[in-house]
Amino acid sequence: MKSRSLATPYLIWMLIFTVVPLGIVVWFAFTDSVTGAFTLGNLARMGTYLPIFVKSLWLAVISSVICLAVGYPVAYYIAGTSPSRQRFFYMLVMLPMCMSFLLRTLAWVSLLEDTGIINNFIRSLGLQPLPLIRNDGAVVLGMVYNYLPYMIMPLYTVLIKMDDKLIEAAEDLGCTPTQVFARVTLPLSVPGIISGLTMVFVPAVSTFYISQKMGSSGTTLIGDVIESQFKAAYNPNLGAALSLVLMAMVLLCVAVMNRFSDGEEVATI
Amino acid sequence: MKTFNRVFTVIVFIFLYIPMIVLAVASFNAGRDIAVWKGFTFGQYGALFRDGVLLPLLLNSVIIAVISSLAATVLGTMAALGIRAMSPRMRRVTMAVTNIPMTNPEIVTGVSLALLFAFLGQVMKINNVMGFATLLIAHITFNLPYVILSVMPKLGQMDPNLRDAAMDLGCTPLQAFFKVIIHEIMPGIISGALMAFTMSLDDFVISYFVYGPGFVTLPVEIYNYTKKPLQPKIYALFTLLFMVILLMMVLMNLLQAKDEKRLRRARGVFGEKEEAKT
Repeated sequence: MKSRSLATPYLIWMLIFTVVPLGIVVWFAFTDSVTGAFTLGNLARMGTYLPIFVKSLWLAVISSVICLAVGYPVAYYIAGTSPSRQRFFYMLVMLPMCMSFLLRTLAWVSLLEDTGIINNFIRSLGLQPLPLIRNDGAVVLGMVYNYLPYMIMPLYTVLIKMDDKLIEAAEDLGCTPTQVFARVTLPLSVPGIISGLTMVFVPAVSTFYISQKMGSSGTTLIGDVIESQFKAAYNPNLGAALSLVLMAMVLLCVAVMNRFSDGEEVATI
Repeated sequence: MKTFNRVFTVIVFIFLYIPMIVLAVASFNAGRDIAVWKGFTFGQYGALFRDGVLLPLLLNSVIIAVISSLAATVLGTMAALGIRAMSPRMRRVTMAVTNIPMTNPEIVTGVSLALLFAFLGQVMKINNVMGFATLLIAHITFNLPYVILSVMPKLGQMDPNLRDAAMDLGCTPLQAFFKVIIHEIMPGIISGALMAFTMSLDDFVISYFVYGPGFVTLPVEIYNYTKKPLQPKIYALFTLLFMVILLMMVLMNLLQAKDEKRLRRARGVFGEKEEAKT
């Protein structure tokens, strides 16, 4: 009996719709948009986009770190509550992930705009309105808001699976609560941290909607440039080259992060 | 420390839910501007049901989500069974391929599929290749890994002797699957299917690159809408969807709680002291 052959339709599917498309991206990246001849011209233009790549990377890294700093205490608190409360909190974390992220981001725009809810309130107090939107901070806020659940989920999964006996053992051996956390809990949650960082970083570095709505022309990210090559400027070859570099960058970052978990299995949601 | 964590958690949840509250309030606002309160009305809900555009688009999204998650569930479950029977080396390669859509940025997946479909359209001489079929194929493709990654662990937990026992008792491999194995891995299949369904229903980035004017889903239309001034009836739709999903989650929560209680009672009968720990 060959149960192996059950995977054949899947493998064929993935070959046609995942592997081949990536091959086409590579092919487009190395051909000219007009003549279709082989060229390195598209990749040579990457230098012009270097500041945008750096900016995307920088904002995504900041957002991932903030998500970790905010998400860890939350996941830690949830994991310490009673099972019925855990289920309730789990639901509260899941729920935003099911709702349209476009509309939720738009709600933030209406809160932060110059004539938005917060600034209207500030003005009614007789104060000067604040520049809350169209800057780097607003884009980071949008990223943190949208991807925070992706950080909390894997952290919670790791913390809930942790063996209480290890903590008790550390306490019995004379660790203070701070030491228990630093020497036992934190090292054991590394797989969750890595998985959470990846799940925030990858969508954040490649976003185009958040930067379009919360940012300005100064916060154009690499996702925006790729999107415009396919939807406005129509230069798929340049877009493919940018996608290729983005993909390589993401794979490199994920590989570097995974090194920290020493081949341990990375937790998923 | 505990109190700090509790307060902090509450603040974070308020942060997560502020936009929902803003949109829900806006859905009852008589004025068009979300930031200016012009009085209470149910008018947006009336407008939503009279308007013949948004609800059919929601139906489109549901159709794509149902078909793609079902197809991905069948194909993915078969694949998971097959992958377990593979040699370690082949399995590593297959899992690496499975992880491509999970680690690749969505925009790259969308772009690569768009290029493939454009190429196939040229080869097959189809003018407007983007439409229902391309959308469906793209959704099945990104749904598959979710199903596989939630079915595989359940297969791993299953006692491998169960299949042999069923076959010793005269089952064909197919019967062994439908009479024994499928019940063991059902929780994994269901959670994979549900995850695929939600991912598909709310997908914007990939759909945006492979949709055609003939078949548009709700998130894509919302994106195209947001380039113009937004119509308030969309807030009403959001609020209704929020209520539906909230209700579904609460129901699932209650069912789970009941299930766990039953399980704990059953364990109590066997005299295990698991209960005392929690």
